Amino acid sequence: MNYRIRIETRAENPAWVGVISSILGVALSLIVGGFVLRAAGSADPIATYREIFKEGFGAPADWQAGASALLANEPCPKGMLCFGPLSDTLVKTAPILLTALACIIAFRMKLWNIGADGQMFLGAWAATGVAVFLLPKETPRVLMLTAMALAGILAGLVYGAIPGFLKARLNINEIITTLMLNYIAYKMLEFFVVVGPWSIGDFESTGRFPTPATWPRLTELSKQIPITAGLTIHPGIFLGIAAAFILAWALYRSRWGYEIRVVGNNPKAAKYAGINLSRNIILVMALSGALAGLAGMNEAAALRELNGRFPRGYGFTGVIIAWLARLNPMAAIFVSFLFGGLLVGTKLIQPQGIASMLQGVILFVVVGTELLFRYRILLEKKEPAAQTEAGDAQP
Amino acid sequence: MTDAPFAFEMRRIVKKFPGILANDHVDFACHVGSVHALLGENGAGKSTLMNVLAGLYQPEDGEIFVGGKRVAFHSPQDAIANGIGMIHQHFMLVPSHSVAENIALGLKEPRFFLNLNQLEEKVAALGKQYGMDVNPRAKIWQLSVGEQQRVEVLKMLFRGAKILVMDEPTAVLTPQEVDALFYTLRDMTAKGHSIVFISHKLDEVVSIADHVTVMRRGKVTAAGAPSKGMTKPQLAKLMVGREVLFQIEKKKMQRGDVALAVEDLCADNERGLPALKNLSMQVYKNEILGIAGVAGNGQSELAETLTGLRQPKSGKIIFDHVTLDSHTNWLEVGKQMAHVPEDRAAVGSVPALSVAENLILKNFNRSPISSGWSINSIAVHSNAVHLVDEYQVATPSVDTPARMLSGGNLQKVILARETSGNPKLLIAVHPTRGLDVGATEAVHKLLIKQREAGAAILLISEDLDELLSLSDRIAVIYEGQLAGEMPAEGADIRAIGLMMAGAKADV
Amino acid sequence: MNANELTSLAAIILFGALVSGSPLLFATIGEIFAERSGVMNLGLEGMMLVGAMSGFAVWANTGGMALGLLAGAALGALFALLHAFITITLRADQVVSGLAITFLGTGLASILGQPYVGLRVPQPTSLELPLIGSAAAEQVALIVLGVIFAPLAGYYLNHTRPGLNLRSVGEYPAAADSLGVNVAATRYAYVLFGGALSGFGGAAMSLVTDPGWVDGKTSGLGWIAVALVIFASWDPMRGMWVSFFFGLLRRLPLDLQNPALPLISTANNPQIGRMMDMLPYFATIFILILGSRKAMRKRMGAPAALGNPYVRGERGL
Repeated sequence: MNYRIRIETRAENPAWVGVISSILGVALSLIVGGFVLRAAGSADPIATYREIFKEGFGAPADWQAGASALLANEPCPKGMLCFGPLSDTLVKTAPILLTALACIIAFRMKLWNIGADGQMFLGAWAATGVAVFLLPKETPRVLMLTAMALAGILAGLVYGAIPGFLKARLNINEIITTLMLNYIAYKMLEFFVVVGPWSIGDFESTGRFPTPATWPRLTELSKQIPITAGLTIHPGIFLGIAAAFILAWALYRSRWGYEIRVVGNNPKAAKYAGINLSRNIILVMALSGALAGLAGMNEAAALRELNGRFPRGYGFTGVIIAWLARLNPMAAIFVSFLFGGLLVGTKLIQPQGIASMLQGVILFVVVGTELLFRYRILLEKKEPAAQTEAGDAQP
Repeated sequence: MTDAPFAFEMRRIVKKFPGILANDHVDFACHVGSVHALLGENGAGKSTLMNVLAGLYQPEDGEIFVGGKRVAFHSPQDAIANGIGMIHQHFMLVPSHSVAENIALGLKEPRFFLNLNQLEEKVAALGKQYGMDVNPRAKIWQLSVGEQQRVEVLKMLFRGAKILVMDEPTAVLTPQEVDALFYTLRDMTAKGHSIVFISHKLDEVVSIADHVTVMRRGKVTAAGAPSKGMTKPQLAKLMVGREVLFQIEKKKMQRGDVALAVEDLCADNERGLPALKNLSMQVYKNEILGIAGVAGNGQSELAETLTGLRQPKSGKIIFDHVTLDSHTNWLEVGKQMAHVPEDRAAVGSVPALSVAENLILKNFNRSPISSGWSINSIAVHSNAVHLVDEYQVATPSVDTPARMLSGGNLQKVILARETSGNPKLLIAVHPTRGLDVGATEAVHKLLIKQREAGAAILLISEDLDELLSLSDRIAVIYEGQLAGEMPAEGADIRAIGLMMAGAKADV
Repeated sequence: MNANELTSLAAIILFGALVSGSPLLFATIGEIFAERSGVMNLGLEGMMLVGAMSGFAVWANTGGMALGLLAGAALGALFALLHAFITITLRADQVVSGLAITFLGTGLASILGQPYVGLRVPQPTSLELPLIGSAAAEQVALIVLGVIFAPLAGYYLNHTRPGLNLRSVGEYPAAADSLGVNVAATRYAYVLFGGALSGFGGAAMSLVTDPGWVDGKTSGLGWIAVALVIFASWDPMRGMWVSFFFGLLRRLPLDLQNPALPLISTANNPQIGRMMDMLPYFATIFILILGSRKAMRKRMGAPAALGNPYVRGERGL
């Protein structure tokens, strides 16, 4: 063989590479997921996917029916099917968008915050504490929700700043610390609501929150706007979208965002420019935690009670969304929406865990294809082999 | 000695790298039992040539004969199998392992069970045989540099190397260790080994070598001459050459006040060894002070201490009448002091950010670029457009990521960023390294322009031509000190070459 | 409670610690090998889960426990191969690849393990031990396996040629390369080995130490293993001791449920039980902090080349 394969780093990396590899990643993972589904006993993966889409977003026919009903200010002719799935998806999007944003800001500085889940739990815990045990039941809703949000942000902030501090001062690997803190947060919540001071009687739960501590739902407008009957959308999604916009502004337009991007890309140049690395590490981790904590509050106010079944894993979904969105806050909105649909759509699908597996496959494939684009595979001629026969040589 | 057979011969060796002809039909031969010095400046091609011999590179053309037999090496193992061992400037020793473990690494026997005790005995015996005492149990990090070098030598001898190639072996040694090394080398040649000694230091070459080959710009300028007959000035001339210089338009300027004064500066390098030894100098406004010298004599450390990237051990740095020390706010100083670092990509720029964003690295915190919390993107953009135009940076747009720029254009971006603030002092380290002719010329013009604008410029470079044509004064840095400062005009190249190689100018 | 009962209790607790720590031992030592070669493998949790699930599945379908354990190891190695390819050949970021593997493994194990949740579990072979009473022979075998394996691993690492090659590759790959050691092959080999051991450890969990499969069986053990490697200063014997110690921490809440200890019994104080559940995780952080203060890092710490892909320089070594 006179040829050999050489892998060489590409010099350019056009923007379309990232987008294509993300799309490819999703497509490929759907294919792989199809095989796994088969293996798990599902007869027709494509039908399964269609089901998932319908559960998560609804059918276009239903949207049409809903649109006309809206214009005529009539209730949806198909019950909840017009916009029901979309509404549920938007509800799911809110927390995962926030955790994704948390991951984005941290990953931008090459801080691997895998602890968004734990920070979210802390946020939920703090928000619950404020709502149920601190403020009187009659507090006006706006005040209550604001207080909960602040509590959630603060708790997440502290919980994120801890590993940040450990990394900045002692150079302790933040992956492990944030992970451990995840488990500690899970246990702590369990402690409070299952066996501890917050559980009501024998029920492993705080019981239902007072109404002001819950999100108002669109369905509350159903008297005036009949189409909204049964729709569960709440303002939490706006928190997420607002956070995305603010983060985008901060990253690309603010001084601090510039510092973060410089540090994340070339710490030596950052040091040269006089940027304080250790301070930024702590700040970024704190902000990341704060966003995740807000996600926790979001979810708590949505679930209307805190119990042992508080959802785990949103933090990890955030990691994947952040990656798929190429660490771009605006893109994260869109990707979160898609994932929200995935989560809602797979809730009733057997086998359970499809969402989790798909997430894993997606991340993997995306990482893999990104690399494929990062490198060029060349076929090149081997160097002509030098002769090794003994020859006569003059001394 | 000249009747002794050749230990090895290299004939018409050609080795190319992208854009560079490192070895241009080079002939090199070494007699058995002799020390043969390979002399030349940085980039002359000597290390490349020896890397070919040691099996690290494959030449495009040419032949190698060892002991009269034609050979071709595809890996360092092939070379070692033929008795050729190379000892690099950066030792290939695992710091946390012991001497014996390092020597044992990669050996064929024993196959599975390492009998370290036995190995240690063998190593100790070998060391005794060659008069190099090393404790085979000692960890590498515990040893001095000289001792580590001995381990490298023993590593090769253990594998039966008859021919040893040493790349700048004395660069990291103290004078006593150098003496010890030379003693060992003499002993080894008496035992029949052949040694190739790559160096740029004339004194040592004259003292230890039997033969000298000088290389310049990929070619041999003196092949295998007996060193007894050469004088240092002769050698210097062969090393440095005499060429037609690019004449750069340079106005005669009256130099201004002292911008930077350095007094008795002492600093250590990465390894903790002294890199700057009581270095003193002054740089004046409207003047370019060029610092010549072979890489590794303290240039990097000098630039780093002056720009706050390295803490000096002692001495004073006075910039614009203000003493710089550990309390200095370097961000503030950065407004007046510009630094074009030697490593563009690693330190000087942020590859993923756009050209425009790179251009504000020094002033992103100030107006008009930023006000309050936010960065004024319009100001950033117009600043970038203006600078790209003024400095003639070739880039698709100001929003292109910096890593897509060619070396020369990236350098222009860095220069633009550093010089656009009209700094009082500009420190440029190897600013045209790796740049083509056009880019080099552009950089030179920029430097001259700054000089005329009143800046004091400290130019550290390996390129003598560049230094001679740009500088008003030239000094040579050698082993952490400045030797021989003189006006650039009419400077004696040979004298400079001698100083670069450590010999005194009056020889 | 008299002296006999106390000794008995202590023995039971100790035995429990050894059992609980054994899977951790294998995962930790496996990762020690991988990291000694310079590759960080954060996919341990995923590999353990996949190992646990596949091991249980194979047993459920064939009845062979040894087969199940082997299957777990094989699956672990397979995932490790993925990781190795991405990080060694494609030179991608080791952190991201490891995380992706964890997600993948977790999800896959969750889905494919669905049909096996709550299935009947392997019946342990009963063995009479002094002080402890009736114990599972398989568990004893596992402990013995681990206790023999750890010193062997240590010997291999420090006193054999392959061990020397391994250590050199992780410390200074250029030096190893210059002397003819194949850096890439070495790294591949030990990453796979580490994955196999992790998969084996996972299978051991679902088949031996805590028979049965549930989603998320390993509850973070893989992550703890990653931290334990640091705590063990990358030494297999130390890895064994710290694994057993953490086994103790994990078992404590369970063992202290003995109502004969009214004061500290977790059955009476479920709150204390929950708090103790947090112990292993707090301990991990704690030891990381301890570890960072050791200035020994340079001398007896992380393999110097850990986390850095090896590229033979263009201009020579």
